[in-house]
Amino acid sequence: MLSTDSDILAAAESWRRNGRAVALATVIETWGSAPRPVGSHLVVDGEGNFLGSVSGGCVEGAVITEAIEVIEAGAPRVLEFGVADETAWRAGLSCGGRIRVFVERVE
Amino acid sequence: MRAETLARLNAERAARRAAILVTDIADGGQRLVTEDAVAADPLAEILSRHLASGRSGLIEVDGHKKFLTVQVPPVRLVVIGAVHISQAMAPMAAALDLALTVIDPRTAFATPERFPGVALVPEWPDAALGGAVPALDRYCALAALTHDPKIDDPALRSALRAGCFYVGALGSRKTHAARLARLAEAGFSDSETARIRAPIGLAIGAVSPAEIALSVLGEIVAALRRAPCPEAA
Repeated sequence: MLSTDSDILAAAESWRRNGRAVALATVIETWGSAPRPVGSHLVVDGEGNFLGSVSGGCVEGAVITEAIEVIEAGAPRVLEFGVADETAWRAGLSCGGRIRVFVERVE
Repeated sequence: MRAETLARLNAERAARRAAILVTDIADGGQRLVTEDAVAADPLAEILSRHLASGRSGLIEVDGHKKFLTVQVPPVRLVVIGAVHISQAMAPMAAALDLALTVIDPRTAFATPERFPGVALVPEWPDAALGGAVPALDRYCALAALTHDPKIDDPALRSALRAGCFYVGALGSRKTHAARLARLAEAGFSDSETARIRAPIGLAIGAVSPAEIALSVLGEIVAALRRAPCPEAA
């Protein structure tokens, strides 16, 4: 892992300070063999630049898309990914686990 | 999340203080509870448990799901004495994610050959702490292992003053009684010196240096995880 969760929160603060639109995604629940533990963060800006991870790379694309929508709409969202939700989300976790991710805008 | 809340969370982490961010999952409402405010918080009991374990997680309060982002400073282990026990302790401390620093002014002991890859400071504790080694704080464990009061005592005094969550000292009961008398003379109260674990380590009948290292690390983990939060100085 290249960035610790501390680095990611520090990046979120500095990106926002620099005037970028920022959303923060946090793993709030996991079941089965989830790749990243509860509390893991991913920070996303309005252009889709990101730092950190909420999975082993399986669902980051979908989280980034949702994060950009959260930046525009303002209201936080809870996303769920896993084998059971492949039809709903297209993105799935190949490891067979399930995760729930909270996405919020940094005001 | 408000930018101001994020900035406060980052500031607490930079200052090596614990904090918990409580987020209402339904509406995104948030509040930051700093470690000194946990005891008086309506969720004190559950927050204390999460603080002790260091784990973030989802909780339910009156039908509302709330996520706790738990931020606890990385724990440091400062060992006084570049002795055989510390050598055995080094790989075990790494496996436990304890950031180890070994301090010993005796340069015959404190050699990189004996401690490959370990932060080793060949200075007196008084000079090292707050100098080459960051000052001790509540999220530090200190183990004094030299058997030499000239080296151990100054470190123990610093650890007690800093409120380290664990303070242990090697030596027999007789040695420790003499140590307590010296610390009392230096102005420490009985309740302060009672925090020193001596004889050091859990009573597992440890014989070899590695076994003693294990008993000390076991005692450190127990002190870290059992208490809701390290005792204040």
